Amino acid sequence: MTSRTARYVPTVLAIVMAIVVLVPLSMMFTVSLNPDEAQIQITLGTVRAFIPHVVSLENYQQVLADPHQPFLRYLLNTVIIVVGIVGLGLIVNASAAFALAWGQGAYRKLFIGVVIAVYVIPGESLVLPLLLMMSRVGWIDSYQVQIVPFIANSFAIFLFYQFFTGMPRELMEAAKIDGAGLLQTFFRIALPLSMPVVSTLAILGFLDAWNSYLWPLMVTRGPEYRPLSVAMATYFTSQQAFWGNVMAFAVLMTLPVLVVYLIFQRWFVASVMSSGVKG
Amino acid sequence: MIQRPPPEASPTPPRTAPSHSGRLSAFLHETALIAPAAILLIVFLILPFFMAGYLSFTNERLVPRPIPTRFVGFDNYTRVLGDPDFWQAFRNTFYFALLVVPLQLSMSLGAAMLLNGRLRFRSFFRSVALLPLVTPITVIIVIWAAMFQIPDGLLNNLIRLFGYQGGFVNWLGDARWAMPSIVLLSAWATFPFQMLIYLAGLQGIPIERYEAARIDGANTWAQFRYITLTGLRNVHVFVIITTTIQAFKLFVQVDLLTRGGPLGSTNTLVRYMVQEGYSAQRIGYASAIAVIFFLLVATFALLQRALIPND
Repeated sequence: MTSRTARYVPTVLAIVMAIVVLVPLSMMFTVSLNPDEAQIQITLGTVRAFIPHVVSLENYQQVLADPHQPFLRYLLNTVIIVVGIVGLGLIVNASAAFALAWGQGAYRKLFIGVVIAVYVIPGESLVLPLLLMMSRVGWIDSYQVQIVPFIANSFAIFLFYQFFTGMPRELMEAAKIDGAGLLQTFFRIALPLSMPVVSTLAILGFLDAWNSYLWPLMVTRGPEYRPLSVAMATYFTSQQAFWGNVMAFAVLMTLPVLVVYLIFQRWFVASVMSSGVKG
Repeated sequence: MIQRPPPEASPTPPRTAPSHSGRLSAFLHETALIAPAAILLIVFLILPFFMAGYLSFTNERLVPRPIPTRFVGFDNYTRVLGDPDFWQAFRNTFYFALLVVPLQLSMSLGAAMLLNGRLRFRSFFRSVALLPLVTPITVIIVIWAAMFQIPDGLLNNLIRLFGYQGGFVNWLGDARWAMPSIVLLSAWATFPFQMLIYLAGLQGIPIERYEAARIDGANTWAQFRYITLTGLRNVHVFVIITTTIQAFKLFVQVDLLTRGGPLGSTNTLVRYMVQEGYSAQRIGYASAIAVIFFLLVATFALLQRALIPND
């Protein structure tokens, strides 16, 4: 191979990679814009399935108007769940991490040890006992059953702990001399400083909510509290032959994540690097 | 009633030696900070963890029944270990991991090296490569279901284009092909995550090493073998183990696309556990599977901590 042709190898490979990634996604968009279900069936395996040639929003109207699968309700449910987990998790995990980093108690070493140890427990091992607990207290089919068990998070505590232990001791002592207790120091100084960790956890929590499937599948019974992930699966199963509608639903579900990704791309990359998402 | 002392009579407490009430308020502050997380972790993580262990020794059912729950000793475990469906799910889970981990690793390392090298429109290609990561997994599954269509979906037309003669492949309906099809989809869905980890690792290898190797006459392959792969040792261990653990958790892809079929060829440990504990409501039996699953994942997680020094 001469060096002239070798220069183009990376570009060619990068284009192949882009095609492999973009073909399935452009197929979703193209099919969602085609109102003719019969034509979709015939052309699904051809070039016409991933290069838009008609632009109609009919499928989208049908998805949004379907009374049995209320998309906007699912979206609202998902947003409530993600705001609940991320918002409450932020306060609970950050405050615990702060006490662990700057408190006095002798329990702290043990607590950190437990936080690191429980991180290896896969959530899948816990769903059945949790389900049993939740059904005995009557929490099945609710928002709290999808929020409360996931507020405290060992990974989040650990991330905040690392951040808070890195804060200068002088800062803490200055706050103490000014008469601030541990609580005030946390809310006025530590929490505002920890925005990088906050944004990381917010983005990961957001992705998690859009991907979580097993738990909401087990604890929701109908559209009232069901999140988008499970709704997408149900919609797909019930509309097997109607690819146009299914893809319109898929696009509507992907758009919020895509928008957040395009706005916060830099933070996104950094956040994902610090943890594994998706089950 | 205690008389309040006049304000001028109360001296300001010395700042150096905290008073008894100061220590008490510090204790209260610390408790207020730590208590919510401690309670939630105990109730929703540690308690279910021990419950899973306890339940695996009982014949507990999901819905309460008139006959009280009994302690059954190791019955569930002996039954699990003699259950052919469990072993099939066990084999399938390892088969999936064995296929998806090398595929995903080579895809992600290849993409990371591309994006780390000299490349025009690098940030464009990076944004594109990350798209599967921001696409919800259920959406990815739906798109691939359309591509797996028979007899002439996109993938079937593609293999015919490359000269496949046997008509069409029943991707999800053929017991030989169902798991490899799930592997393709899963590798596509999550490779950008490993790619980002590799990218961070590659950026940590000093460029001077490559320059020195070139001066010494090392060719591209030798540079890849002795500098890139060696420099990424810890990253490899991390990526291999986290990808393997992630593969063990395979559930949503098979639950949605194949329902564990055909002929149980895509049933996994997690799906079998859910099937037994949730659909068949045998919580006790399924808890034994959950405990075995935990031991499997924990072994790999501890392996990672042992293999990567001062992680």
